[in-house]
Amino acid sequence: MIGRFFARYTIWIYATLAFVFLLIPIIYTIVFSFNDSRRTNIAWRGFTLDNWIYLCEEQGVCQAFVNSILVGVIATLLATTLGTMIAIALVRYRFKFRAATTLLLFLPMATPEVVLGTGLAAEFLTAGIPKGMLTVILAHTMFCISFVVVTVRARVASLDPAMEEAGRDLYASPGQVFMRVTFPLLLPGIIAAALLSFALSFDDFIITNFNSGPFVTFPKYLYTAAAKGMPAEANVVASAVFFIAIIAVVVSQLSAAAKRKRLAKQ
Amino acid sequence: MAFGAFATSAPVVESAPRRRSRVALLLLLPGIAYLALFFLVPLVSLILTSFQEKTPGTDIGVYSYAFNLENYAFIFSTYGEHMLRSVFYAVVATVLALLFSYPLAYFIGVTLRRFPLLQALALTLVIAPFFISFLLRTLAWKQILSDEGPVISTLKGLSLLGSDAHFTGTAGAVIFGLAYNFIPFMTLPIYTSLEKLDLRYVEAGGDLYASPARTFFSVTLPLSAPGVISGTLLTFIPISGDYVNASNAFLGSSETAMVGNVIESQFFTSQNYPVAAALSIVLMAAILLLVSIYVRKSGTEDLV
Repeated sequence: MIGRFFARYTIWIYATLAFVFLLIPIIYTIVFSFNDSRRTNIAWRGFTLDNWIYLCEEQGVCQAFVNSILVGVIATLLATTLGTMIAIALVRYRFKFRAATTLLLFLPMATPEVVLGTGLAAEFLTAGIPKGMLTVILAHTMFCISFVVVTVRARVASLDPAMEEAGRDLYASPGQVFMRVTFPLLLPGIIAAALLSFALSFDDFIITNFNSGPFVTFPKYLYTAAAKGMPAEANVVASAVFFIAIIAVVVSQLSAAAKRKRLAKQ
Repeated sequence: MAFGAFATSAPVVESAPRRRSRVALLLLLPGIAYLALFFLVPLVSLILTSFQEKTPGTDIGVYSYAFNLENYAFIFSTYGEHMLRSVFYAVVATVLALLFSYPLAYFIGVTLRRFPLLQALALTLVIAPFFISFLLRTLAWKQILSDEGPVISTLKGLSLLGSDAHFTGTAGAVIFGLAYNFIPFMTLPIYTSLEKLDLRYVEAGGDLYASPARTFFSVTLPLSAPGVISGTLLTFIPISGDYVNASNAFLGSSETAMVGNVIESQFFTSQNYPVAAALSIVLMAAILLLVSIYVRKSGTEDLV
């Protein structure tokens, strides 16, 4: 009886344990954002909200966080624009060097970050460009483009060309067709690509480390702090980002489910 | 093209009409020029740097162009051990991540099919680690698994471990951290393959009196092969270049240094850019070689 129960539910038990395992370090990080840690945040010393309330008193955490947001937003805007243009061209047009273009788009995803990082650093060194915020943005835009192309391309491919033809039949100019038909239909794919880019940029450490010079992003701050003891304020920033991201995912999934329900009713 | 294997979704049917190639050029040019400037030129620059030699009578970190293979001879004689270690860690961590992820992906993609809401929740839990910085996740493991941490001290208390045993700083800890950090990259592509799996094939296996194990190895696994292949690539490549898990401040020690750690210390501490560049080139060449052998061996050229 008990044996059969286990045989039947083995995979449920396994999956539950696997999820617990995946969440352990996340829960640890969130719990220790409430630790009353004075100097080092290793042993538990009691609950406090001070780390959350006086967040920016810790030197550098807030600045690093703001820097990461700035870099993420600018790199995302650049990569999403360039990548969406490439995705449209790949699906809609026939051109020479198509295979070479696809290869050029795949290679950055297949290259280890340490190689991308040292390569860019070698280039900036040779060209005499001082490392800082600009070089970090240039680097992040580069590795985000390929991921944008992959994401948006699937959306362009699923687009029904009849929609745009209808626009043209109604005497819309090519610009109007793009702005009022193509772009709105591509928007979900573009938003997904932008979110992915931002996440990649925000969490990047290795490429940033080689190309940032004195400029500090949040992951770079963490790497430096790890050697000398992590302040609890770093856990606060990470936990806050985690909660915002989870809420965003849940809201988007619930709204998608509600939309499906509405469509099913009609 | 080996890298087609990265595409997990069904091949996109692209009926490209032959029209207005000037528009195509305008759409492509900015992005392609950007990638040429910040991906291809850096690779060339890396190759050129790897042949440089020290300018005599100058400060540390000043090099001039030359065609000098000494850097390569130096890294093969000095860092051969680190290269083998990187490949070994990356292979073991990738296999561990695969063994962990496959049943989990099967659970989400097949078992949870009847429960769409639970399936969405499970997928959110798999990607949840992405939302918290991977440096902090790794540091959390370091503290949980440290000698004074809950796991090791409990095991010592139960006399399951000797009193001088420790985990952080060992090869096991580094491999553990690498596998943990890249689990979502393995689980998601396998899930994508299994989610589309037509269960009637699996039933057919049972109807033909195949044992569950036989059905799994002759039906389920081959049908999910595209996901397994892209998952292993998405895991293996970043792991082999990683240097965070293996560094002293995280899960490693000086005995666990990988190629990435050597590149970092050559670059920042010794400011020996030519040696760092040569190591990067060798790492990239080794990965391209291993990946193309793997993709060919796994018989997926139809994917390409």
